[in-house]
Amino acid sequence: MFVDDIRRPGMLHAAFYRSPHAHARILRIDAAAARALPGVVAVYTAQDLPARIRGPLPKLIPHPALKHHKTQVALAGNVVRHVGEPIVLVVAENRYIAEDAVDLVVVDFEVLPAAVDLEQAAQPGAPRVHDDMPDNIAAHHIQRVGDVEGAFARAAHVFRERLVIDRGCSAPMETRGVVAEWDRRARQLTVWDSTQAPIRIRNYLSDLLELPQASVRVIAPDIGGGFGPKIMMCYPEEVCISWAAMELGRPVKWIEDRREHFVATNQERLQIHDAAIAVDADGRILGVRTVFLHDCGAYCAYGLQLPIIASTTLPGPYKIPNYHAEYRAVFTNKTQTSPYRGAGRPHGVFVMERLMDRVARELGIDRAEVRRRNFIQPDEFPYDLGGLIYQDGVRLVYDSGNYPEVLRKALQHIGYADWPAEKARLRRQGRRVGLGLACYVEGTGIGPYEGCRITVEPSGKVYVATSVGTQGQGHYTSFAQIVADALGTDVTDVLVTTGDSGAFGWGTGTFASRAAVVAGNAVALAARAVREKTLQVAAALLEARPDDLELGGGKVFVRGVPDRAVTLGEVAVAANPLRGVIPSEWEGPGLEATRFFAPPSGAYAAGCHAALVEVDVPTGFIRFLRYVVVHDCGPVINPLILEGQIRGGVAQGIGNAFYEKLVYDEQGQLLTQTFMDYLLPTAAEVPEVQIDHVETPSPLNPLGIKGAGEAGTIPVPALVASAIDDALSEEGVRITEMPLSPSRLREIIRAAQAAPEPA
Amino acid sequence: MKPPPFSYAAPRSVGEALALLQEYGPEAKVLAGGQSLVPLLNMRLARPEVLVDINRIGALAYIRRRGDRLRVGALTRQRAVEASAGVRRRVPLLWEAIRFVGHPQIRNRGTVGGSLAHADPAAELPAVVAALEADLVVAGPGGERVLSPEEFFTGYLTTALQPADLLVEVRFPLQDGDTGSAFVEVARRHGDFALVGVAAVLRRQDDTVGQARLAFTGVGPGPVRAREAERLLQGEPATPRLFAEAAREAAARLDPPGDIHATAQYRRDLAAVLARQALEVAWQRSGGRRR
Repeated sequence: MFVDDIRRPGMLHAAFYRSPHAHARILRIDAAAARALPGVVAVYTAQDLPARIRGPLPKLIPHPALKHHKTQVALAGNVVRHVGEPIVLVVAENRYIAEDAVDLVVVDFEVLPAAVDLEQAAQPGAPRVHDDMPDNIAAHHIQRVGDVEGAFARAAHVFRERLVIDRGCSAPMETRGVVAEWDRRARQLTVWDSTQAPIRIRNYLSDLLELPQASVRVIAPDIGGGFGPKIMMCYPEEVCISWAAMELGRPVKWIEDRREHFVATNQERLQIHDAAIAVDADGRILGVRTVFLHDCGAYCAYGLQLPIIASTTLPGPYKIPNYHAEYRAVFTNKTQTSPYRGAGRPHGVFVMERLMDRVARELGIDRAEVRRRNFIQPDEFPYDLGGLIYQDGVRLVYDSGNYPEVLRKALQHIGYADWPAEKARLRRQGRRVGLGLACYVEGTGIGPYEGCRITVEPSGKVYVATSVGTQGQGHYTSFAQIVADALGTDVTDVLVTTGDSGAFGWGTGTFASRAAVVAGNAVALAARAVREKTLQVAAALLEARPDDLELGGGKVFVRGVPDRAVTLGEVAVAANPLRGVIPSEWEGPGLEATRFFAPPSGAYAAGCHAALVEVDVPTGFIRFLRYVVVHDCGPVINPLILEGQIRGGVAQGIGNAFYEKLVYDEQGQLLTQTFMDYLLPTAAEVPEVQIDHVETPSPLNPLGIKGAGEAGTIPVPALVASAIDDALSEEGVRITEMPLSPSRLREIIRAAQAAPEPA
Repeated sequence: MKPPPFSYAAPRSVGEALALLQEYGPEAKVLAGGQSLVPLLNMRLARPEVLVDINRIGALAYIRRRGDRLRVGALTRQRAVEASAGVRRRVPLLWEAIRFVGHPQIRNRGTVGGSLAHADPAAELPAVVAALEADLVVAGPGGERVLSPEEFFTGYLTTALQPADLLVEVRFPLQDGDTGSAFVEVARRHGDFALVGVAAVLRRQDDTVGQARLAFTGVGPGPVRAREAERLLQGEPATPRLFAEAAREAAARLDPPGDIHATAQYRRDLAAVLARQALEVAWQRSGGRRR
């Protein structure tokens, strides 16, 4: 049941008139013709909205460095700051008529100069995205460890790179969508929303629409992919559609179409790093410095999470005694950015791994060896990164890991030892094949918390409710497994509800590879509590001590006497008697428990990708011959789900490396607004991925697990760059930007061939 | 992405279709496989008042041999061409090229006539028609007329088809035993429109090139014949060097577009690489010796 499957009696359909300009003042809106069109029920502009939702939408994650926390408005009334910003809401009997009416809306604009190019937008005197600011710098933030200047001054070698990762979008199969229904008599607002954060949407809607939280129910039904942008809280459409449903007293549906998605759903990725590494004569890292620009787009509701994650992911598995990460977050007249699978991590890994490859090449040290020399060792955990603050506001301390073993396995699977001979053999055949290597550490499973309620019903079925939204990650299965393991019942008897504020009203959301870690552990804690209570109640029924009981096959039985048993359902009935007394140690009636899990900090997963990539020099095309992922996210709950996550992530990473790029022209018009121009890799472009695991438990949670949602995506740009460099080592090609394309790669090859030989 | 309102007519014969086209003129648009038109409608980039759906004109879907020509009805699905042993044997260039058109799902709906009438500058079939000098049969108010590819393709997304015209048939010359052909294409992803595509047809006379035809797609407003290169090839002993030179000659004269997917220079370079490949393969297929 996806949002577009929701059909309510009397339901209306909405469409938005969106800004055709990247930056413009709205002079006049003429919606008379749209209002007059038969079948149109209402046309709203900013003026029609109540004061409470007319102003800027919520600032989500403040930060002391974020001096200008700008958020967009539900409907733009004065100024539009990116193409696609909603200006007019049309509600009609069907979407066809709604779009016809949008065509009839006339808006007079005074077009303003647009800040589009990131580096230009960061300059003083650039067109200002927000005219109440002196420039476009939303934040200037520095994190430092040790004495970076000293380290660079005494280093045997210093290498510097300018590294760029360009814009992309997550392109979920299901676009966003909202259906809202207001029950006037019950005073109950129900919102079906394709979101990753139903509870938080509920909270914000309750605030903005001035309703008690108990009067708002947000349901995130099946979600056809989220990948981050659906964690954004509140998009204008979520607010407008909910309000319009209340205003009109009829259900309203809005399903984002693909063209809207390309301009109105948050994007990510553009950062430009000026990075340097200082090493001793043996390639040991003395210091790393990066000074970078981060593209916020027109607003930054989500705060500084992306550049903070990039800054704190960059060190990766290496010991970096002196570190300087400095960025400016810059407003541009483009769609807002917020986390998208990887969320700043691909950037950090790209920078660090490019620098490591550079050190290896310049010093003539093997690429794997230079990494080994700098790895944090397995006996050095917990490993404190010296005072860096991660995205959760907590001091960055790696909980556990075994980086040498991860690398060793990856090298073994890709055939690293034999590679020089194999490369030479292929070269003799005229083939240009390179081996790429990329290591990373991934912060996962951050707080603040998730919760879960588990109820065993008299039927013996176990009901599990947690609020994290699910977007295809297999939570129903993983959570059911955790519960089934604890209660000794069959997974098919465990029914999981996620993402419905009416079923469980506390939670944060699905993001940062945290659902399995945070919600999964809440599920585990609740399951253990239900197990304890089950044993207590069953002990009385079976006249045995709880210690002598076991659970299995949906029953509780006396150890060694399987016939002395009661079913879970019988225990549930006994725990909720018609008469009698509930013992105080039961903590209430029924086989039910609610537990929360609030980790002290994130759990840090790690991995290494290795691949063989062939470059067709005349055409600039690349082809993956082998792809290996070795991954450590602690104990694996479900190998099939984990490997699916990794494969999907790799596909998305390959898109980020060679296919997917959002291209804006100088006026801020997005030139890639269809899947003919924004190229998602297909089954024909994505290779088979060989996966192996290392399992280093986390000490930070009862299950010992770490997140895995982004592991497939994070290192791919770094990996592809590394492989192309190796394939084209004769030409001296050094990849410093992502994504590439055949045309761009040919330009790089030509430039390398034309460059004079190094002295 | 919903189309604006339009009227819809579904004629059952070419005559009915022509009458509708004549009645509505430029306000009408012909719907064949819909693989380009329907997205254009949904994006409101095309706003016809009347959609003339020719999918019920069964008489327009056929592949049949008449004399030295293979006649393909305009409504013939691309997939039917791909599945036709006759096409594969007698017009192998068409057969080879059609498998570069989108994906099987697209070819199940897409038609031969629709692709030609839409005349996308990066489409495969216009280059095939140009390289084979196939005849395009157009029915209009004044009866039928037969156009050469040069007469038919007039510019970017435009053809000689007038508002009341309907492309009804394409007549492909049958390939003889001394002729070899090849279609080579590079696209960003499997199934995408070509960055550059090349169709080459070589007739062999012993070890020399008798007749040569070379046509590109993706490098101009429509299919681009490389006539200078063809002249350079004709009557010459076939050598790798000749093919390389002809390919370079052809590419040098192109004025390809630059866009978000590739620069003009990339397309020109690629045209040379692919033209050479296509000529080499076509020569081998003509029975020519590898040199």
